[in-house]
Amino acid sequence: MKKASIMVLATCLLVGIVSSPLFAGGEAGEAAAKGPVKVGAILAVTGGASWLGAPEAKTLEMLVEETNAAGGIDGHPVQLIIKDSQASAEKAISFAKQLIEEEQVLAIIGPSTSGESMAIKDICQEGRTILLSCAAAETIVDPVASYVFKTPQKDSYAAIWIFKTMQDMGISRIGVVAGNTGFGNGGKAQLEKYAPEYGIEIAIAEVYDSGATDLTGVLTKLKARDVEAVVNWSIVPAQSIVAKNMRQLGMEVPLFQSHGFGNIKYVEAAGEAAEGIIFPCGRLLVADVLPADNPQKDLLISYKSEYEARYGEDVSTFGGHAYDAFIILKAAIEKSGTVEMDDVRDAIESLQGVVGTAGIFNISASDHNGLGLDSFEMLTVKDGKFTLLKQ
Amino acid sequence: MPTSLATRDVSFEQFFQYFLSGITSGSMYAIIAIGFNIIYNTTGIINFAQGEFLILGGMIGISLSSFLPLPLAIAGAVIVTMGVGALIDFLFISWLKGPSVLRLVIITIGVSILIRESMLHIWDEKVRTLQHFTGTEISSLKILGAYISPQVLWVLGISAVIVVALNLFFRLTLVGRAMRACSDNRTAARLCGIRARRMVTFSFMLSAAIGALAGCAISPLTQTQYNMGAPMAIKGFTVAILGGLGNSTAAVIAGLALGLLEAFSIAVLPLAYIDAVSIAVLLVILFFRPSGLFGNREASALKEF
Repeated sequence: MKKASIMVLATCLLVGIVSSPLFAGGEAGEAAAKGPVKVGAILAVTGGASWLGAPEAKTLEMLVEETNAAGGIDGHPVQLIIKDSQASAEKAISFAKQLIEEEQVLAIIGPSTSGESMAIKDICQEGRTILLSCAAAETIVDPVASYVFKTPQKDSYAAIWIFKTMQDMGISRIGVVAGNTGFGNGGKAQLEKYAPEYGIEIAIAEVYDSGATDLTGVLTKLKARDVEAVVNWSIVPAQSIVAKNMRQLGMEVPLFQSHGFGNIKYVEAAGEAAEGIIFPCGRLLVADVLPADNPQKDLLISYKSEYEARYGEDVSTFGGHAYDAFIILKAAIEKSGTVEMDDVRDAIESLQGVVGTAGIFNISASDHNGLGLDSFEMLTVKDGKFTLLKQ
Repeated sequence: MPTSLATRDVSFEQFFQYFLSGITSGSMYAIIAIGFNIIYNTTGIINFAQGEFLILGGMIGISLSSFLPLPLAIAGAVIVTMGVGALIDFLFISWLKGPSVLRLVIITIGVSILIRESMLHIWDEKVRTLQHFTGTEISSLKILGAYISPQVLWVLGISAVIVVALNLFFRLTLVGRAMRACSDNRTAARLCGIRARRMVTFSFMLSAAIGALAGCAISPLTQTQYNMGAPMAIKGFTVAILGGLGNSTAAVIAGLALGLLEAFSIAVLPLAYIDAVSIAVLLVILFFRPSGLFGNREASALKEF
């Protein structure tokens, strides 16, 4: 009997240690009258997509700390549980089950990559738990699953922006290379879908291994086809390698990248070869040069300066996707006035005009992303910095 | 291959460009593969942490280059990584008494995970790159109408110097001969008065040093990230086997051959088939020459592994 009670005590202690708010900044529930709200996050903090997951995790930690210091969301302190999936779909699946069944979280933020998001889309839908994906692929919200949302801009918008820019530049014959990931394949499909609409001929489209370290071979093939521009669609460090290899091969045609290029680290890694790269991106990276009347400007500058002051590294659009997921959840809880799953879900579906880092969200029952075509700007690299293409 | 290229109206410049592109990737495979041979030559084991030596060397080189001139930074990276190699031998290998080859191989796999995770904590998950030895990212040399990065010539040059130096070392110096003796027959070597233990430590240091040098040389081309070691090591390992384990000259030739094969396969096939082509060729060669292209069949039959 005595032994049993010790066991119970030990178990309680252990549970206490494990579930202590390790990641929840600030002491939760100081004077909060209401119970905490549990928010899960499945992010690729380490591993191959860590450049997505690490800023996302840092952003969430920062936001949760701020929110709790200000009294929580609608009086509920936030308890954040971050799981590091290392960009593995298998891990994402088991973490999703754990967060839904054991932790019974109100919502899951993430995963960071499209492949993982698709892997847990049905699990969240069946488990009736809100999923706010930070990944780009359009298939995450098309077809719509009632509990699944996503914060980054759609792939198709990026493709459309690239083609519009090409039309302006008088480019009609292009080569496409894409990384062999969910994001790369999704982007390639969108490019192939919209090219005819804009009168662009894709002379050659190739997929490379996402761990590729040298792409001169495939670029030689593109060069031989006399393309007028190259589009690279990948979320891997290969983004910089493509730029370098093109210059090494003496290719002078413009290089377009996807919105996955929104990290100044890639510019640094590609060095001078990054000059002139054109890509669609949210406005975060050019917050400083936005006109003062831009509705996003204040939010972007405050996020950028807080993040950079706190972590001593450059802000990236990817952390912004987690930022948007959190403020959407926060807005929905405040709007519904409860932390009941279905009420919050309904509230998300009716959010209008929420200003985020990626754009202005107008979410509806048929559009679980809520961003418009105007959420992108075309950026380019000039003197090692991002700048608006038009300027 | 040339006939199928000709039917596509490929000009000489394009053909030569594929050739140079093959040289580019082949030079990287070659320099990675060399490192595998040294530990193998002394201990008969494959060091699966070789890829981590590459990345560790690259990382240290990049960190040092922020405040040291490039040659000193690379020298520093080589020395520190050499120290890590010695430490690994001291901590994980040296206290084992007559370990089996399999056990040693598994230890090196464990060590590779340990180094990888340590690098994640010491640096972080971000991609870094060392500056080009000469020129910048955008400089390229024009040879007969085709282009190649000067860094590739550096990689080739360094590989050549390493190979020549190793050959001289293993053939002419007492320590080098002692290391080879340990590989052939450790018991006999010990009976002759060679300190086999010391040779193993030395081989780990040498192998780590070459890995670090290679890691610095290819960093401007491939970039450096904490988890890139394993995929690079697999390619290097493939090349080392293709050439014949233990033979550094063969490793360089096999590396260039594999690079060229891949480049020309890209010319006629979709890029997605590249690994299928290279692995298929490897299998075919190993069916007919199990000891590799340049390996000695009789010698390899005597090896445990």
